[in-house]
Amino acid sequence: MNVDLDQLKRYDERITELAMAYGLDCFEQEFELCDHNEMLGYMSYSGMPSRYPHWSYGKSFEKMKTLYDHGAQGLPYEMVINSNPSLAYLMADNSVCLNVLTIAHVYGHNDFFKNNFTFSRTRPEYTLSSFKSHAERVRTYVEDPSIGVDRVEYVLDAAHALSMQCQRNMAVRKVPQDEQRQRAFEASLPTDDPNRSIHQAQEYIEPDLRRIPIEPEENLLLFLRDYNPFLMDWEKDLLTIVHEETQYFIPQIETKIMNEGWASYWHYQIMTNLDLPPELRLEFMVHHNQVLRPHSGGLNPYHLGFTMWDHIYKSHEGIEPADHRNATAGKDAIFQARESERDSSFLRRFLTEELCQRLGLFEYGTNRNDYVVTEIADDIGWRQIRESLVTSVGMGSIPVIKVVDGDHEGKRNMLLSHSYDGRELEMGQAEKTLGYTFRLWGRAVSLDTNIAGEEVRLTYDDDGFAAAERAA
Amino acid sequence: MSGLFRPKREAPADRSAGDRVRHREKVRSSIRENIADIIAEESIIGRSGDRMVKVPIRGIKEYRFVYGDNQGQVGEGAGEETERGDVVGQQQQPGRGQPGEGGDEPGVDYYETEVNVEELINIMFEDLELPDMERKQHAAIETLRQSRRKGYRHIGLRVRLDRRKTVKEKLRRERVRHGSATARPDGRMPFHEKDLRYKHRTTEIHRESNAVVFCIMDTSGSMDTTKKYLSRSFFYLLYQFVARRYDSVEVVFVAHDIEAKEVTEDEFFSKGEAGGTFVSSGYRKALEIIADRYHPDLWNVYAFHCSDGDNFGSDTPNAVKAAQELCEVSNLFGYGEIKPRGAGYYGSSLIETFRKIGAANFQTVLIERKEDVWPSFKAFLSRDREDAK
Repeated sequence: MNVDLDQLKRYDERITELAMAYGLDCFEQEFELCDHNEMLGYMSYSGMPSRYPHWSYGKSFEKMKTLYDHGAQGLPYEMVINSNPSLAYLMADNSVCLNVLTIAHVYGHNDFFKNNFTFSRTRPEYTLSSFKSHAERVRTYVEDPSIGVDRVEYVLDAAHALSMQCQRNMAVRKVPQDEQRQRAFEASLPTDDPNRSIHQAQEYIEPDLRRIPIEPEENLLLFLRDYNPFLMDWEKDLLTIVHEETQYFIPQIETKIMNEGWASYWHYQIMTNLDLPPELRLEFMVHHNQVLRPHSGGLNPYHLGFTMWDHIYKSHEGIEPADHRNATAGKDAIFQARESERDSSFLRRFLTEELCQRLGLFEYGTNRNDYVVTEIADDIGWRQIRESLVTSVGMGSIPVIKVVDGDHEGKRNMLLSHSYDGRELEMGQAEKTLGYTFRLWGRAVSLDTNIAGEEVRLTYDDDGFAAAERAA
Repeated sequence: MSGLFRPKREAPADRSAGDRVRHREKVRSSIRENIADIIAEESIIGRSGDRMVKVPIRGIKEYRFVYGDNQGQVGEGAGEETERGDVVGQQQQPGRGQPGEGGDEPGVDYYETEVNVEELINIMFEDLELPDMERKQHAAIETLRQSRRKGYRHIGLRVRLDRRKTVKEKLRRERVRHGSATARPDGRMPFHEKDLRYKHRTTEIHRESNAVVFCIMDTSGSMDTTKKYLSRSFFYLLYQFVARRYDSVEVVFVAHDIEAKEVTEDEFFSKGEAGGTFVSSGYRKALEIIADRYHPDLWNVYAFHCSDGDNFGSDTPNAVKAAQELCEVSNLFGYGEIKPRGAGYYGSSLIETFRKIGAANFQTVLIERKEDVWPSFKAFLSRDREDAK
């Protein structure tokens, strides 16, 4: 099917007009038309026009293609990249209505990328060029006869396993080692005591300033890169590349519910004010309801986000929504929230008992092989449900694991510590991932965690994996 | 503010092609590592080559530190009232998911893919060969028939026309005749028959030494269904291997109870069983055929025998003697004893008896379960390379 580009452009002009009137503040937007195969291609590389080669992207392509070919999964209507100018893809095979809906939706994301604080350090002007530069560097290593694809993959496989163990909040400044050392030193000094003549002298505990790291380190890949003296330059570069690409995606992980909700909220406002011909209007409602339908038993971020934004707006405006073109209390509230929140804080602040009930939220756990409902959204249970959501959304789904000692027992072994919050690590995966850490560190790696109420130390060394109870 | 629209590219590149190939390679090598399990599980024996089998893949999953499910998760309702204690679903059992989905479950380090039997067998035999092959007189066996490019010709098949070379020839001719290669005023560019250039191909034949493989199977009454199945699995592998890897290695099938007969392939794989066991009869028959048709000076001889070792006591000395003779004329003589575990009645064994043969080219293996078939097969055929290591 040949798409009518001029028609889409006409719609786009009216959409941007409305978006500006509503106060959305976007980067320049580019749309690229593609077919479904190209779309699958973009999806397997997270939308990036250029990305370094790795078999996992081929795997994800095959998987998506299988699901798509068997009709188990449609293609997303929107694929948009946080870059400046922002880049989005439209499928030429899609209907006019679907493409118009996608365009409206994309402007919502675009505004969110530009204005939400979690994205403030992603440097969107450089997104495409830095991914391209990464791709070129990795290709150079693959083609280098002294390195080759096997050795590159050996490092990349391990780096991918650890990539999510990194700084979660980029707004928090990373304290350099020197400063940490200074801080540890100052903390060890006796506090100024005006009555020191009558008080017993404080005992001086000498701080261990040679310890590496001084404070627990959450960027595992960077730590491996900086403190394993046996890594080659190209290996260090691979770790840097994987780390940097992960950092780029973290804001999107941290704001999934808000971001999708926001884009859905605005595509709805725009589409209903676009004076669509009746048949397009009807088709739009079908698509809209499909995207926003609740996933029974699961959690649809589009639905949850949309419902929350709508609720915040209406709770400031009374029942009847005012025209979005005028500044109102409701509009102020949602625009402020889109700037200063991320999923966990957003839910904590705005997920009310009423909303929990309306969404029919419940908490479930496992009992043998069944999933059993443990809490429902009544006046007692809703707080627990909100708490459980707040801790598990975004990066909350990734265990916090930090390096506490880079020279454990004086043998250059590594000691990691899992900040246990009641959720246990999945053992099979932990074993393999620890193996990858060992691969990059070259010496024994241990991880302290809790299993079934016991403090456990998992170790991976030359003899493989072992788990032992920790001595008190 | 309004968007910039870029039209669809005319010929989009298939960008993930390279990564897909790499992924397929990983799948393939994962299959190779687990081939013994797959063969035992899937019983590919006797299946036609284009059938698909489901194969579990290990080692190409991507691991991370993740949470298990000891703590609650949140879901949304579908409208109806939910109460505490309601069961809302079942945990997926590892390995029972849909293809490609099992791997999403925590802790399950494999998922399934589909491979056809043909490809599976090719992977299996990738690094095996008939050991100790010697160069014999009148080498006649083609191991490889390869077509190679070899220059250009004026005549040839239409499909092999090399357009670029042809046009170059034509331009050269024009230039020689007219001093320039400009097109004619009427815009035509006629070709002369002499301009045509065809790619030429020749066939290269690699020859290796003559070889014959003897499959000797015990079909006596004591060979019950399980034993029969195990030995047929073994010979099926052997036959597939020889048929695939060597264009014209000859295979001789011998079935024996107290008497031995040379049979056809079909008979061999489907023959019923009856009677007692004289192992020596099978060996004598093989020796007879060798003396008759496959002189050891001209032929590499490989003999394999599968039996439950439940031989008539009086025949055993004869069997040992015949086995010794067979060793003398063959490059490799392998004896596989089929003793399913828990068979209850544990009959006599020939393995112990055969120990005293002591010929370097004599090998015995014990096959107890279907999982043993592939390792024992490999033990026979990769023997020399293991020695070399």
